[in-house]
Amino acid sequence: MALLNFERKYRIRGGTLVGGDLFDFWIGPFYVGFFGVTALFCAFLGTALIFLGASMEGTWNPWLISIDPPPLEYGLQFAPMAEGGIWQLVTICAIGAFGSWALREVEIARKLGMGLHVPIAFGVAILAYVTLVVIRPFLMGAWGHGFPYGIMSHLDWVSNVGYSYGNFHYNPAHMVAITFFFTTCLALAMHGGLVLSAVNPGRGKTVKTPEHENAFFRDFIGYSIGTLGIHRLGLFLALSAGIWSAICIVISGPLYEGSWIDWWDGWKNLAIWRV
Amino acid sequence: MADYQNIFTQVQVRGHVDYGVVQGEGDEDRLKLTSTSHLFGRIGDAQLGPVYLGWSGVASLICGFIAIEIIGLNMWASVGWDPIKFFGQLPWLSLDAPLPEHGLKLFMPLHEGGWWLMAGFFLTAAILLWWVRSYRRAIQLGLGTHVCWAFAAAIWLYLVLGFIRPVMMGSWNEAVPFGIFTHLDWTNNLSLVYGNFFYNPFHMLSIAFLYGSALLFAMHGATILAVGRYGGEREIEQITDRGTASERAALFWRWTMGFNASMESIHRWAWWFAILCPITGGIGVLLTGTVVDNWFLWGADNGFARY
Repeated sequence: MALLNFERKYRIRGGTLVGGDLFDFWIGPFYVGFFGVTALFCAFLGTALIFLGASMEGTWNPWLISIDPPPLEYGLQFAPMAEGGIWQLVTICAIGAFGSWALREVEIARKLGMGLHVPIAFGVAILAYVTLVVIRPFLMGAWGHGFPYGIMSHLDWVSNVGYSYGNFHYNPAHMVAITFFFTTCLALAMHGGLVLSAVNPGRGKTVKTPEHENAFFRDFIGYSIGTLGIHRLGLFLALSAGIWSAICIVISGPLYEGSWIDWWDGWKNLAIWRV
Repeated sequence: MADYQNIFTQVQVRGHVDYGVVQGEGDEDRLKLTSTSHLFGRIGDAQLGPVYLGWSGVASLICGFIAIEIIGLNMWASVGWDPIKFFGQLPWLSLDAPLPEHGLKLFMPLHEGGWWLMAGFFLTAAILLWWVRSYRRAIQLGLGTHVCWAFAAAIWLYLVLGFIRPVMMGSWNEAVPFGIFTHLDWTNNLSLVYGNFFYNPFHMLSIAFLYGSALLFAMHGATILAVGRYGGEREIEQITDRGTASERAALFWRWTMGFNASMESIHRWAWWFAILCPITGGIGVLLTGTVVDNWFLWGADNGFARY
């Protein structure tokens, strides 16, 4: 079942960024390509290193496995494998795998005559990850500021880092990021719901049109952004959520070290209402 | 790379106003208040309005207005009716939930929670009436009611926070205050008092669906824009009669990750991810303090907290 009934005419050579048609083929439903090979290599190596780290750590409870970054005293050096070196290698592998995946998406988009929106959007997610494990640790002078790779341990890291800046809810960029996340969820519910409601109007009824979609939202809230616009808006909201998340963490430490609660004293002391 | 990537509408055409498809039987006339906005037209439809009012819409707006007046005037009163201080201290101002000693009483001194209860009543009435409106508009236009049920999922979370959980805990004091920083403090304290919300599995699910919604909308929005040159945004037509836009969009994901949605099923994925965020979040809040007193210890008991 690897090939859909309409798929054959789309499976053509070309569109690759490097290597000509060296890896220009499919395995099952997957396109390979040069970057498929590098992605697979990085993903396999990184996963194997996580298993190695887990075996050295001594727990196989999947919730508790944690690959920790080096202690702060190693600064920006390479650390021994058992003391965060594995974390450093896993980070390199992850960036290699994510970057390869994005470039593979570029090749697939070129093959299908599509725009490059998806790899660019994925690039924003990669940027957020790189901000957490490379840019912010680099600006703060130690890889130990990266987050640990573990299910519960990364949650603990989020909690601890949040409280070490007083209360992260008071971080204005965090407020903006959360607002974008909630708005994305709202817009996705409205878009998904609207399309489903137009094509599933109920047994025996005719499928509706984009004009009905417009009429519904104009009747409901006075504005309908339209079929094309909602996808631009959704992409903008989702990417903004990621970008502002990266901003809210990269300013905590490199730019501002105090408590985010106290940061708002600046608002209190604005000249217009200072008492 | 210099190709047009379908980010903005480059040429805007202004024709006659679209007053919308034929209305349902028994509807009032639409409020034919319309305008166009060049900025809106850059990314979406330039037309603003018309809008439908109807009894549920008018009642909802009145209730919402009363709720905001109660909240705003209480905040203003708390700074001695000084307009400058009102804006200077706005982020800290709050209309707090009733004092603990009033339990679930419906009548209490106004400044000890009575105003809060009234604001909550009118805000809830406004939201429920707005839901009725969403349902009526869908039915009258002959559409399915998917948007209404998604809205109901958000209302579920709202009711858990301000009504269902306080009732189960036996005190309005458990509910969320109306205030910018105070509602954030409430959220923070709920996590601290009940032993770290990150260990609450329904909080985990809710966050996963929230992030998943952002992921899905980025993937879906980007995919549709990327096949815009093949008419991908005409989703209803692509669902009823699959065209090359759908085929390319599907193959993009199939070749990338070995799996693809269809033009219709991606909207089912979207709808479920978006509604499961508040549904699971509401369950997580409702269990807190009623069934589970400390999520960290609960996690330790169930083998996923290091203790």
